[in-house]
Amino acid sequence: MTQDTLVDNGATMQSLLQTYCVEEGVADELFDLNGKMRPVWKGFMAHLSQLSADDVDEHFARGVNYLRDAGVYFRHYTDDQTPDHDWPLSPVPVIIQENEWDSICAGLKQRADLLEQVMADLYGPGRLIEDGYLPAELIAQNPSWLRPMVGVAPVSGHYLHLLSFEISRNPDGTWFVLGDRTQAPAGAGFALENRMASRRIFQDLMPRTNVRRLDFFFRQFRDGLDRLSMAPNGVQRRSAILTPGPNNASYFEHLFVARYLGVMLLEGEDLIVHDGEVKVRTVAGLEPVGILWRRLDSEFSDPLELLEDTQLGTPGLVNALRQGNVNMINALGSGVLEMRAMLAFLPRISEALTGEALRLPNLATWWCGQKEARDYVKSNVGRMMIGPALAQDLPFDIDAATAFGGKFRGSGKPSIENWIDTEGAMLVGQEMVRLSTTPTYQDGRLMPRPMTVRVTAARTSEGWSFMPGGYARIGPVSDVTALGMQKGGSVADVWVAGQTPETDAPFWNATSPQEIRSEALPSRAAENLFWLGRYVERAENALRLNRAYHLRYAETGDLDDPRLVLLRHFMAGIGISTDQPVPDALGYLAGLASGCASKVRDRFSPDGWSALQNLQRTIKDHQTKARAGDEAARAMGALLRDTAGFSGLIHENMYRFTAWNFLSFGWALERADGLASVLATFAAPDAPSGAADLAVELADSVVTHRRLYRGAALPETAVDLIALDPHNPRALLFQIEEMLRLAPLFDPSRPANRPSKVSRLLLPLQSQLCVATADRMTPDMFRDMRVELAKASDQLSAYYLR
Amino acid sequence: MRYRISVTISYDYQFPSDHARNILHLLPISVPGEQTVIDADLRIGPNPQERWDAPDFFGNQTTWISHHNPVHEIDFTLKAEIDRRAAPLRFDMSPDLAQLTAELRTRPNIGPSSPHHFLGVSPRIRPNSAITRYARDVTGQSVSVLEKVHAFGSALHKDMTFDPRATDALTPPEIAFEQKRGVCQDYAHIMIAGLRGLGVPAGYVSGFLRTNPPPGQPRLAGVDAMHAWVRAWCGPQIGWVEFDPTNDVFVQNDHITLGYGRDYVDVAPVRGSMRSSGGQASRQAVDVEPLDSVDG
Repeated sequence: MTQDTLVDNGATMQSLLQTYCVEEGVADELFDLNGKMRPVWKGFMAHLSQLSADDVDEHFARGVNYLRDAGVYFRHYTDDQTPDHDWPLSPVPVIIQENEWDSICAGLKQRADLLEQVMADLYGPGRLIEDGYLPAELIAQNPSWLRPMVGVAPVSGHYLHLLSFEISRNPDGTWFVLGDRTQAPAGAGFALENRMASRRIFQDLMPRTNVRRLDFFFRQFRDGLDRLSMAPNGVQRRSAILTPGPNNASYFEHLFVARYLGVMLLEGEDLIVHDGEVKVRTVAGLEPVGILWRRLDSEFSDPLELLEDTQLGTPGLVNALRQGNVNMINALGSGVLEMRAMLAFLPRISEALTGEALRLPNLATWWCGQKEARDYVKSNVGRMMIGPALAQDLPFDIDAATAFGGKFRGSGKPSIENWIDTEGAMLVGQEMVRLSTTPTYQDGRLMPRPMTVRVTAARTSEGWSFMPGGYARIGPVSDVTALGMQKGGSVADVWVAGQTPETDAPFWNATSPQEIRSEALPSRAAENLFWLGRYVERAENALRLNRAYHLRYAETGDLDDPRLVLLRHFMAGIGISTDQPVPDALGYLAGLASGCASKVRDRFSPDGWSALQNLQRTIKDHQTKARAGDEAARAMGALLRDTAGFSGLIHENMYRFTAWNFLSFGWALERADGLASVLATFAAPDAPSGAADLAVELADSVVTHRRLYRGAALPETAVDLIALDPHNPRALLFQIEEMLRLAPLFDPSRPANRPSKVSRLLLPLQSQLCVATADRMTPDMFRDMRVELAKASDQLSAYYLR
Repeated sequence: MRYRISVTISYDYQFPSDHARNILHLLPISVPGEQTVIDADLRIGPNPQERWDAPDFFGNQTTWISHHNPVHEIDFTLKAEIDRRAAPLRFDMSPDLAQLTAELRTRPNIGPSSPHHFLGVSPRIRPNSAITRYARDVTGQSVSVLEKVHAFGSALHKDMTFDPRATDALTPPEIAFEQKRGVCQDYAHIMIAGLRGLGVPAGYVSGFLRTNPPPGQPRLAGVDAMHAWVRAWCGPQIGWVEFDPTNDVFVQNDHITLGYGRDYVDVAPVRGSMRSSGGQASRQAVDVEPLDSVDG
């Protein structure tokens, strides 16, 4: 971009910057301290000025649409019914010049090495405490310092493998560290998500701006995982991300990174410790795991030795680490480094351990357990944040327990003086810093907003490697203190811009496709797929029953109609109350299906997932509106089309392998069970007149029946069509044959030419239906079949699903 | 004093599952100058597929076991012979509270014996203002830390009622304190919470009591099961002192130590995780017989 274009577009540039006022005493990313635009931004600004406001909206929308289509979301911990929120992207990137970035990284590299040394000391000899560099009480009373891990040296030789740092710019233009993330650093995935979106927004601009690519960093990280997963005897073991599960705020990041790196995404219950080794339960048996990238806080990782009442962890994990049989990113107990008070001591520790001062200073922090520091804090309360010394939140996530600028924010304590005097040993004061600002775009104008940048570093065979770029948090208001960074902010991509184009970096996929070793399906995923199939089918059945009920009601208006009585009784028997036009049971079943799906989202398309979410939402909508009779019946019709949409997506798109087999088997089994149950009641010889028609309708076979038989359905024609007909996908026999087709796949180790255990249960049902005639089938036979189907379900569970 | 100890603890599982993992604190420790383990044997039935014995952070004998097959019932049987010779109670050389806090500062250490572990929050104990207020009230007359420990333990003994039906192993100390009822675990947890509230490092001791008292003395409470009491750090001169608030006594030779922790969780006899739902029931039988004919 040349100076000329800048001039040509002067008018637009002016209007973009019309209200861009940088606050006195605050550094800004776009303008330097002298008020001149930083050169690294010029190309970007010229690009933006060329575009009309409509163009800008259109370009920015590409990013938003991409994120929505890719299903990127984040989750709030609220009682909110739809806790998933759109990813709050601020499309204007933060642009940092490469030389400046490199010097930031050099400072952070020193810090990363220092943190490793502190960690090794806290879980080793404890000299920093004995020599007076860290107060004993801050460690001994710290819930994140895990006693069972003391003396447990990591097999790889290193405690820390992935770190992130929250940094911002001082008013004088230098950079400083607000906090270290050592426990289970989030951010790498966020950065990727932002980058995917900004690539779509700034397609042509990015290459011209020499923006450094992120993929090389991930490739190095992936290589590191492979190295760490290797067993001592050179055998490659599994690499996995250990996630707390779908309820975690950054679950999408876990999912996203697992897909991107091609590693397993596991929860604690997927793992079992066997003879001191960590293994993943898969449908093909136990497979050894060599490296766990832990996205779960240490304390929750092993209910046997760490926090007791947690469902998230894996019993025995600590012992596996103790015996040196698995690597972990990062070592358990690394959260202790995140306490706020650590920032008060790191500068001195750095000098003591390395003889060097910190190259990048951190947030000035004073521990109120020392008299001198305490007095200093007391006489400067007006420019301090004072809060719990052991708290691990970043300064801008301050809670009500933190006094801010000499004022309490709802804690009910008498006075700050008194608080510091009585509880000083567990308090720190931190300087109320002013963050730098960066441009955000709003209605045709750029506005300065406070920001922090998260920098991520990974340990590689050549030392620490930094992701060139990252993600920035942007405050929602212009207040540059920590308060301005609270709820409601947005995130932006961070561009590291070089002088020259990136050369010859060995990118992923550049030469040959990288094949990922085929993985065995984790048993928990198999179980969720099986039940997803069952719950979706069960929900569909429930919709059909409710539709049949309201169609009859609309027809007769008579609640005592024998068919209505029969339906009501049948529905009550399976927990569907007819008191509401759109029963709660429907939302409940859709919720169960969604719950299963949420745990296997890495295995089917985002479209399938949104279809299920949509189903739940629509049911809720109808609940508030639809009235009994015709309206309810039509609502059920619409919902049935939604479920058909979901099955369609799954059938059209899903890769036909183990995961598919479990899903299909669950689906078929539930359908067979539902049909047997309908037949036993509605095709019974003593059922009221019109009941056989209901059976045919509930089996969605009305049109076929009309084609094959004259007149209204009779119990015999219903049985013939929906139990015995091998060509009708809505017939019991058809579904049993479908299950028989899948059953051998579940028992690969059975003796050759012998049926699997599941097949042994199903084969008699098949023969019975094949040789029977409709008049010989009795309700009791269908009831007996349901018992056998339940056994087949249990048999499958016994094999794989524990 | 030599003792022969036999303990059996049994767990029944209503819905057995394929895997059971447990951590046991059932083997007694030797304490220099206090007790010597002459012999100890811990058997587990059915035999676990994995077993590993090692000291934990605090130096307690810890047994990690796991069963790979479904288990309906597990029995733990300890047979041990212990020589217990506690040092006689010494002259009170403990400091006052302010001095104790200052002493703590001069001990920058996070090794297993450091008093710093025994202040603040632990898995089952957090500072509680009602308990701290009570501790302050009942120790107001005392000056030295040792006197405070004694005064607090005695007051608690007087104000609490021993009642095995009032609480269970999960009852938080503040609830037991509110209802003023409980068993040795509750007495110990309340006393620890109160001492920490005062700024005195305090921990949990799990162990046993001799089953039959020496001739002429009353039978102690809590002899039929495992017992627990408190230890408090009373300054560098006299160090850790153990007090049994359930029986209102300083610990001597009628108590046998199994292990030390910050609270019950650190030394729970059996800490388990079973991939199973449903209730489990446990039974205990404890027998502690002196072997010497005359008290030593």
